[in-house]
Amino acid sequence: MESNPPSVLIVIPAYREERTIGQVVSAIRETFPYDVLVVNDGSPDRTSDVAREAGATVLDLPCNLGIGGAVQTGFLYARDRGYDIVVRIDGDGQHEIGDIPKVLEPLLAGRADAVIGSRFLGETEYRGSIPRIFGIRHFRGLVNLFTGYSVTDPTSGFFAINRRLIDFYADNYPSDYPEVDSYILMHRLGARALEVPVRMYDRTEGKSSITAFRAVYYMVKVTLSFLINRIRRIG
Amino acid sequence: MNRVTLFSICASGALLLYILEMVRRRKLREEYSILWLAGSVVILVLSINQDWLVGIAHAVGIAYPPSFLFLVGILFILLILIHFSIAISKLHQMNKKMAQEIAMMKEKATGGTSGDPSIGP
Repeated sequence: MESNPPSVLIVIPAYREERTIGQVVSAIRETFPYDVLVVNDGSPDRTSDVAREAGATVLDLPCNLGIGGAVQTGFLYARDRGYDIVVRIDGDGQHEIGDIPKVLEPLLAGRADAVIGSRFLGETEYRGSIPRIFGIRHFRGLVNLFTGYSVTDPTSGFFAINRRLIDFYADNYPSDYPEVDSYILMHRLGARALEVPVRMYDRTEGKSSITAFRAVYYMVKVTLSFLINRIRRIG
Repeated sequence: MNRVTLFSICASGALLLYILEMVRRRKLREEYSILWLAGSVVILVLSINQDWLVGIAHAVGIAYPPSFLFLVGILFILLILIHFSIAISKLHQMNKKMAQEIAMMKEKATGGTSGDPSIGP
């Protein structure tokens, strides 16, 4: 078993992404030998069919669970099938497929338990809205204050994790902005987290799920959840 | 006996009987009835035993004893609401787990070959 190359599963949570998911899945399938799992979070459109036609394994959630619940389904599947590494990437074309090896490399070399793609390390084309940038700064301060990690992009949804974190997240994964919360969980597990520079683009299709008003709500909610995870009994 | 205490006895007595009847008919689970029962019993007892009510009310500095009944009622309502929030959170968690299990079982059952034609536009 040890001599085999580690098995990698690419997990893509998707909600109403019929126009972009096909391209993302095909691009991954053409470039890499990895399995692709799309978790369709109860989309009413053709997301599920399009992803399946493009060659992904698709899990159809019977109702909308939100981003955390959808991603966690991917971890459950990965644990069930014994994958060594999960790469989580967006289905809207925001993340650069070509950067997948960058988040994989430190894991394959055993240098980290989690590798997070940061849009703020190195040169960046990313231009976020003002509330989004403000939110990112807030969470960056929060993570840096309460964990030992020095993080530039705490809400990045482009990351790779190894077996240890897959097993843990399959049972414990936060709901909204799970990436912010996951830092405190990783910190408490003593996991080694590493950021690498990746390219991110503004969304090509659809609107961001976050409006200014909801941004405030999420900031309060995620901050609360983060602080509670700091004092919660885990594991 | 003033009118507010008489009303209080009738109302809490009726509530007690109603809750018991709902539990008897299995329309209300025992675990969710406990706080309701405790609340109505406490109010009923305090309504009947005026001396206790007056004693406790004065001890906590309430001049008009029936006000203490309202306070007890409100506190029980708060407790019951918190209890509901906890119950909803638990249901939410169970619901999420079930949705995830269903998605994985569906994929296993169909071998990933076809989507559900009943879902979609």
